[in-house]
Amino acid sequence: MARLGIAGGMIVALAVPYLIRSDFWLGFLITVLLFAAMGMAWNVLGGYAGQFSFGHAAFFGTGAYASAILHIGFGLNPWLGLAAAAVAGGLVGLVIGTLSFRYGLRGSYFALITLAFAEVLRILANTAEFTGGGVGLYVPLKVGVANLQFESKLGYYYVALGFTVLSLGVGWALERSRLGARLMAIRENEDAARALGVDTFMCKLQAIVISGALTGLGGAFYTQYYLYIDPGIAYGPGVSVEILLVPIIGGLGTVFGPLLGSAVLHGAGELARRLVGDAPGLSLIFYGALLVIMVRFLPEGLMGLVWRLSRRRERAANA
Amino acid sequence: MLDPVILLPAAINGLTMGAVYALVALGLTLIYGVLHIINFAHGSLLMVGLYGAFFLHRFGVDPYLALLVMVPALFALGYVLQWSVIGRASHGSDQNVLLVTLGASIVIENLALYFFSADTQTIDTPYAIAMVDIGVALVSLPRLIALGASLALAAILWLLIARTDLGRAIRAVAKERQGARLMGIDVDHIFAMSFGIGTACLGAAACLLLPMFYVSPHIGHVFVLVAFTVVVLGGMGSFSGALIGGLLIGVTESLCGLLLGESLGQIGIFLIFIATLLFRPSGLFGSRLS
Amino acid sequence: MLEVSGLTKRFGGLLAVADVSLRVPEGGIVALVGPNGAGKTTLFAMVSGFIAPDSGSVAFAGEEITGLPPHLICAKGLVRTFQVVQPFGRLSVCENIAVGAHLHLAGRKEALERAREVAEKVGMGPLLDRRAQALTVAGRKRLELARALATAPRLLLLDEVMAGLNPTEMGAMIDVVKAIRDMGVTVFLIEHVMQAVASLAERVYVLNQGRLIADGAPGEIARTPAVIEAYLGHGAAARMVAQAVEASR
Repeated sequence: MARLGIAGGMIVALAVPYLIRSDFWLGFLITVLLFAAMGMAWNVLGGYAGQFSFGHAAFFGTGAYASAILHIGFGLNPWLGLAAAAVAGGLVGLVIGTLSFRYGLRGSYFALITLAFAEVLRILANTAEFTGGGVGLYVPLKVGVANLQFESKLGYYYVALGFTVLSLGVGWALERSRLGARLMAIRENEDAARALGVDTFMCKLQAIVISGALTGLGGAFYTQYYLYIDPGIAYGPGVSVEILLVPIIGGLGTVFGPLLGSAVLHGAGELARRLVGDAPGLSLIFYGALLVIMVRFLPEGLMGLVWRLSRRRERAANA
Repeated sequence: MLDPVILLPAAINGLTMGAVYALVALGLTLIYGVLHIINFAHGSLLMVGLYGAFFLHRFGVDPYLALLVMVPALFALGYVLQWSVIGRASHGSDQNVLLVTLGASIVIENLALYFFSADTQTIDTPYAIAMVDIGVALVSLPRLIALGASLALAAILWLLIARTDLGRAIRAVAKERQGARLMGIDVDHIFAMSFGIGTACLGAAACLLLPMFYVSPHIGHVFVLVAFTVVVLGGMGSFSGALIGGLLIGVTESLCGLLLGESLGQIGIFLIFIATLLFRPSGLFGSRLS
Repeated sequence: MLEVSGLTKRFGGLLAVADVSLRVPEGGIVALVGPNGAGKTTLFAMVSGFIAPDSGSVAFAGEEITGLPPHLICAKGLVRTFQVVQPFGRLSVCENIAVGAHLHLAGRKEALERAREVAEKVGMGPLLDRRAQALTVAGRKRLELARALATAPRLLLLDEVMAGLNPTEMGAMIDVVKAIRDMGVTVFLIEHVMQAVASLAERVYVLNQGRLIADGAPGEIARTPAVIEAYLGHGAAARMVAQAVEASR
């Protein structure tokens, strides 16, 4: 049943560009997919392992800069740049994770230190020369599939779709693996996990590396899509917040939560823009309010709601 | 470049800026000490205070006089925010509080952006550029006032917590939530009071800061991580720690700016923050409010 | 199986465990008793690697394990349970137990399968899909035990598994512990309930204020004056002797 649903969803996702034929909505879907994929990356660390990061921009920005710099400065093919970005994001994860987890940072402290790392990187990117400083980097326009640049948004859509499938696939595999079981155990009770032979340091480290790699991939995609990156976009708190909102709205520690969360978040943001007009800060007011409301009324996210409703229907059907 | 003639004024300058950081951090450390939550909205609430003082100045109210309005106003705002939003949404989990205060800060900040635009605003006061010669260096008068005020505020907070009935109740709640409840203390009220007092400190900080600084919707960012650094460095919940931590950070920032240049200067703060969290999570002075 | 020698731990000025040496022979059930605050849980925490001792050593199956982290000690076959149960609240009973089973089984299917077997053994078969946080106290105690058991330990440290159980539940738990012993797992348990100690343990160590004050068979130590003093207060042994003399007249 679930497999049928997923197969159906995939067919729809592949066919969608031919059904809507609107550049605007295709662009919207690309954003939804990109953040669904990065939301799942956050979910690996925050949702399954229970380690909330407020600084995923550290991975996103590193991926974005890695692919841009390697392409502009060293002529690396952008497709390979995606892989390089994943490696770079994973390495940043390794460094932050090793430091934070080795010294036993948990909860709020971990959130704060990730934020601080992102800020350090932002200041460095603002100052260093090879990142273009505050001006940022422009990726030269050279349209061609081999260059990961497409004439229409169609190409980007399929790349984003592939990225999302990969990311959700990682979540799906995680739920069926020993690592996933151990991460959830750590989230629920770290001491108990240690007593049962779980090497909590190594498990959390693996989670942050996976999470960093996937988010770095997202950063590289962003650079190729917009052909521009600057320190504020790459390492600013905005992207960290947007990434963490997605799984929190959709449902922490679920495979489809990030996809649902991203669709709802960006859909609602778009709706707000249509209703009130495109004013600065407006969509963010909306995001912030949504975050408060979700934590207050639906701490298990939309997937939790879906689950509860379907159970109620089942019970009604059985009665 | 490392000439004491340059170094000393820079250090003194940093000291006075550090006093402002201490002012901002005092409220944060109180909130942490009692509620054990990390209030992410702290920077945005400071921004609210700055705009409040800014608009009062438009109506001809001197910022220092505005203290009489902004301190109670921000107290009320903090009380209501904790009582009606943060306390209810937290479900007793620290991470939820973190998310809720993050959400609140995004809302507050972008509301300001929506209504006041991203423009940086300043006020003109006759004393804004007044300098006082303290022998080794010239120090601007507003900064000197801020230094004095931060010492006074730390003392007032300490007296409030150590010597009053409210302070006793706050300490009881900080130490043992359930026990305090059994003793008949209205814990939700004490939480809201503590949060209110913490934000009231921001009202004071805003009025003292405005004559020498500027206001913009994103100004909270400038202070929020710095304030966390100060609080962590001074030991979560310690007033004297926040005071000393603030001064220390101010000097560090000023000297880093001098040595590394303006844009890299701030990095020193974050590196201190990271190092403190990793190696001395209980802070340099490590005493908790209890 | 377990050999503890000269183990000492100080918290500030408080001597929590002072120069404790004891042995747990393979295949038996040994109990550690003593009044509250005697240092029993601290001793367990040191043996299982959660706290580093100030001095002394712990040897497990002839191998020195002092100072190893808990997960490595667990991997060697020594696992503890917690006095205050620590379930993975939002995971199901089956998933809880599977975390233990994963110690030796990498595959998810195999681990879940093993978890079901273990659940049957401790009588939790019908509760497999229940969320751990929805269990009763007795259920949580069993879950704690089941998770530990799923790691296929050679030595199981049980910290007050009887506390909070009613007499019926306690009887059932005693049977479970005996069954575990009969599976070939050595058991070392902290217990307050003397009736449970008497019916389970072959040998009992008594800890008071961080020091071992007696050891022997359950029947013997109940008559040791030092033990009576520790439990009933200063002079109690003398009063009891006097009473006994009085009664015999």
